[in-house]
Amino acid sequence: MQAGSRMIAGLFFFALLIFSGGCALLPGKELPVPASAPARARIAGVPFFPQEELQCGPASLAMVLNWSGIAVQPAELTPVLFSPGLGGSLQSALVGGARRHGRVAYPLSGPPALLAEVAAGHPVIVLVNLGFFWYPKWHYAVVIGYDGEEEEVILHSGRTANERLSARLFGNVWQRSGYWALVVLPPERLPATAEEAPWLAAVSGLERVGQSQGAETGFATALSRWPDSFAAWMGLGNSRYQRGDLAGAAAAFSQATLRQPENGAAFNNLAHVLAGLGRRQEALAAARQAVALGGAFAAQARQTLQEIEALPLP
Amino acid sequence: MQKLFKLMSSVLIAALLLFDIAVPAARAQMVGTEALLSATAAEENRARVAAFLDREDVRQAMVQQGVDLDEARQRVASLSDRELAPMAQALEQLPAGGDGVGAVIGAAVLIFLVLLITDILGFTNVFNFVRPAR
Repeated sequence: MQAGSRMIAGLFFFALLIFSGGCALLPGKELPVPASAPARARIAGVPFFPQEELQCGPASLAMVLNWSGIAVQPAELTPVLFSPGLGGSLQSALVGGARRHGRVAYPLSGPPALLAEVAAGHPVIVLVNLGFFWYPKWHYAVVIGYDGEEEEVILHSGRTANERLSARLFGNVWQRSGYWALVVLPPERLPATAEEAPWLAAVSGLERVGQSQGAETGFATALSRWPDSFAAWMGLGNSRYQRGDLAGAAAAFSQATLRQPENGAAFNNLAHVLAGLGRRQEALAAARQAVALGGAFAAQARQTLQEIEALPLP
Repeated sequence: MQKLFKLMSSVLIAALLLFDIAVPAARAQMVGTEALLSATAAEENRARVAAFLDREDVRQAMVQQGVDLDEARQRVASLSDRELAPMAQALEQLPAGGDGVGAVIGAAVLIFLVLLITDILGFTNVFNFVRPAR
């Protein structure tokens, strides 16, 4: 009898262990709809692509890319995203795939951010674990709506369009990925939950893959919200420089030097661009200023100065 | 003859590899946006850790543990950006604000920090990222 009750207690404890890990989206409330958002939201115009075997990554990215105005089929994304050895697509591959199509991949931080984005009309790619932590079954899906009254989340997932999941179940499976979520937006459109540093980091990812036009737009978008952002002016200058727009780059770097007159990096880049424009005297002055200010990029500043000094006099 | 070809091709490969590395390094006068952002983030991390060590309650806790603060600061300054990032991240998860000493610095955080600092000083070896390879 005692052994029996002990076993029951053990089973109970085991069940507690399993279920306590997957709690609701937020304690006390199943669906933490922000006060500013409507009770229900549903994004129109997100096409559904039923996934092939193991291809939830390409299918999910294709859905949000098409929504954002880029006509692409999941099969075209597979070679870029899919890792055959892993039998799936890595999160970083999704981010890279979005960037290669000139879209900004902006990571979200948790349930309230997800709902705010959906309320703003931005579909969100989420990574969920449909199995257990000790037997993971990872899966990407696209959240396209929610219903605060029914406590449901609406997704395009796998082979099912407009699937309705209870907020509790969705919270459980999503929590296991550490609430990984991504919005994929045209660079002229800020996420509803945008913050300066992550947006700039996401846009500079476009610069990295050579999408300098998208990067330029993304930095300009940042400046419309944060007009005094030093890094955004620098990014604008760099992306213009990448596109060969030296005069525009010089204007942006000048703005950056006004925002942070103590930062050598802006003077360094300004000097480089002015030299390219043939304005040798101004370039020299900027390069000397950069060297005088020093800082993290002092070595580059010295090199810039040397190169400008070595330029032939007109 | 074949040996000569083999030798030539390996010399060529070596030369190509060398040039591949040398060319971007020579043209790196522009400060890229990514480099700028990571430098900014690294500076903020340093400032955050330094500000933490400057706090009176932290100072007292360290002194109680027999940790020399100046030495600790110097060691923190000698950590690379990458090594410093997890420390700053741990501090970020602390509730903000400087008052309510006991409440803000929970016992667990204190233990973490003391271990981290003594790690740096070479008394313990819990966080192996702190310890230089020997």
